[in-house]
Amino acid sequence: MKKLPTQKREYLAPPITEVGFIGWLHSNLFNNWYNSLLTIIILLLFWQLVPPFFSWAFINSLWNSSAAECRDIDGACWSIIPRNVDFIFFGFFPEDQQWRPGLAMFLLLGMVFYSKDRNRWKKSLFVYWTINLVVMGTLMYGGVFGMPVVETAQWSGLPLTFMLALFGMVAAYPIGVLLALGRKSRMPAIKTLCVVYIEMIRGVPLISLLFMSSVMFPLFLPEGVTIDKVLRAQAAIILFTAAYIAEVVRGGLQAMPRGQFEAADSIGLNYSQTMRLIILPQALKIVIPPSVGILLSAFKDTSLVVIIALYDILKTTKVTLSNPQWTNYSTEAYLFLALFYFICCYSMSSYSRKLEKELHTGH
Amino acid sequence: MNETVNKTPSDPADKPIIEIIKMHKWYGDFHVLSDINLQVQPKERIVICGPSGSGKSTLIRCINRLEEHQRGQIIVNGTELTNDIKNIEKVRMEVGMVFQHFNLFPHLSILDNLTVGPIWVRKTAKKKAEEQAMLYLEKVHIAEQAKKFPGQLSGGQQQRVAIARSLCMNPQVMLFDEPTSALDPEMIKEVLDVMIDLAEEGMTMIVVTHEMGFAKSVADRVMFMDEGQIVEENNPNDFFDNPKHDRTKLFLSQILG
Repeated sequence: MKKLPTQKREYLAPPITEVGFIGWLHSNLFNNWYNSLLTIIILLLFWQLVPPFFSWAFINSLWNSSAAECRDIDGACWSIIPRNVDFIFFGFFPEDQQWRPGLAMFLLLGMVFYSKDRNRWKKSLFVYWTINLVVMGTLMYGGVFGMPVVETAQWSGLPLTFMLALFGMVAAYPIGVLLALGRKSRMPAIKTLCVVYIEMIRGVPLISLLFMSSVMFPLFLPEGVTIDKVLRAQAAIILFTAAYIAEVVRGGLQAMPRGQFEAADSIGLNYSQTMRLIILPQALKIVIPPSVGILLSAFKDTSLVVIIALYDILKTTKVTLSNPQWTNYSTEAYLFLALFYFICCYSMSSYSRKLEKELHTGH
Repeated sequence: MNETVNKTPSDPADKPIIEIIKMHKWYGDFHVLSDINLQVQPKERIVICGPSGSGKSTLIRCINRLEEHQRGQIIVNGTELTNDIKNIEKVRMEVGMVFQHFNLFPHLSILDNLTVGPIWVRKTAKKKAEEQAMLYLEKVHIAEQAKKFPGQLSGGQQQRVAIARSLCMNPQVMLFDEPTSALDPEMIKEVLDVMIDLAEEGMTMIVVTHEMGFAKSVADRVMFMDEGQIVEENNPNDFFDNPKHDRTKLFLSQILG
């Protein structure tokens, strides 16, 4: 076979308008007339808004002053945060004992960071968490080692928010998975029970559940028996979140091809092995994005406990603002809270994206 | 009106490993399998062919209870299939199955796909299960892929892994449900070669396939199914050279061109 003569071919550089910074500008901001117009309008808006905000928030602002000094400036009075940080974070926890919730929160965040690495997800991690929760509970409640007892009614601010959110999410997830499996069950009694539960919970707002738990539920208890108010709110949040998780997980179960069940059956795995080893690992991975959505709203919904007179971090901030000295600086306080919620939620969602990537096996 | 030919290659005194007696199955109102009688001797290799919708896949899926039959008996290795979950699990341990679409577990590595059955069902120690899995992977010429995930392999490789996964359970019988139908032509041979090796080692096999070359060279018996019945069965030479039934003739003329 005769070989074709190899031709020397010239490789030209692409036109300057297609690559590099100019290329990026051209393809993303000015690729046609209306996008160019939008770009210009948005730039003008930025010009109008950013410098004034910058000078309010940073140049003319005070960061650690008394309320009186704040009255003389045009800028932000961030001093409201450091001057009231004890109350915003720890609320009605006795002031001389506030190192206890402080240490507890430090331990909690430490555990959360420690648990981020998937290689550490072993039985030992479960043991560490149990030990840590006991230590944190002891720190919060006291009654031993000369720490005076602090009733749960006095727990407020950051510890309350984190506690309601963390237990709400951690306990709701497995319950939700069980509910989803129950709803897919072939046994009519179990199936009906799960459907009724899920639909009933999803049919009412969280606020009404919280009311029920704090006002109606105690009426049904025999005389002399009381269940802690924080615990009741916690239970309401768990039960509420579980119903939503259940529906998301059910969606994941339905997305599983029949062949996976059949393959598991054909090698002799029983129902619980099939679910645990084959179906749930895949189904739960599929539903990471919507589950994280639910967990995020569960976290933010903890602020609703204010209606049954529990003081989460949003309420303690509001109480601070009711002090006449600080009442004018609600913008600063709420911006701070927004930043707090944003950091928490954003770290959860970016962690979930990382997890999704790690679990991807190329199919 | 079954023109069954009573001719088994093995000693007729052998106890059949699979016995299907007067079995019927319905999907709702649709009578998909009608009066199926079949005896399979140990080490026998049976190929089932027939037009699509003839019930051949449904028949072999009844043998490991992926489908439920409504009338008649199916007895596998001395255990009758009933609603009793214990019996079903017992049968499934002894019967391996290879699917048209492989059905590997995509979240597990190839090695884990092979060991999940032995570890959890046969309670084999993890190390031993892995050694055994590597042996079977070598047997299907794919040992170097053990650490990969199914999504990273070609169709032919995935199907060979699926065969190895079934073999890891040390089954007495292997069922193949159109194992090459979803493969590109150049990959069919590598899967058929593995199946031929298996047949030569004396595995009892029931194969639903359109690969007539495989049927001719490997099968002890070829069965033709149409409209939920076994229309004709014979040894491969007589089946292909001298089909008795008109429907068989028509089918063979279509499939062999």
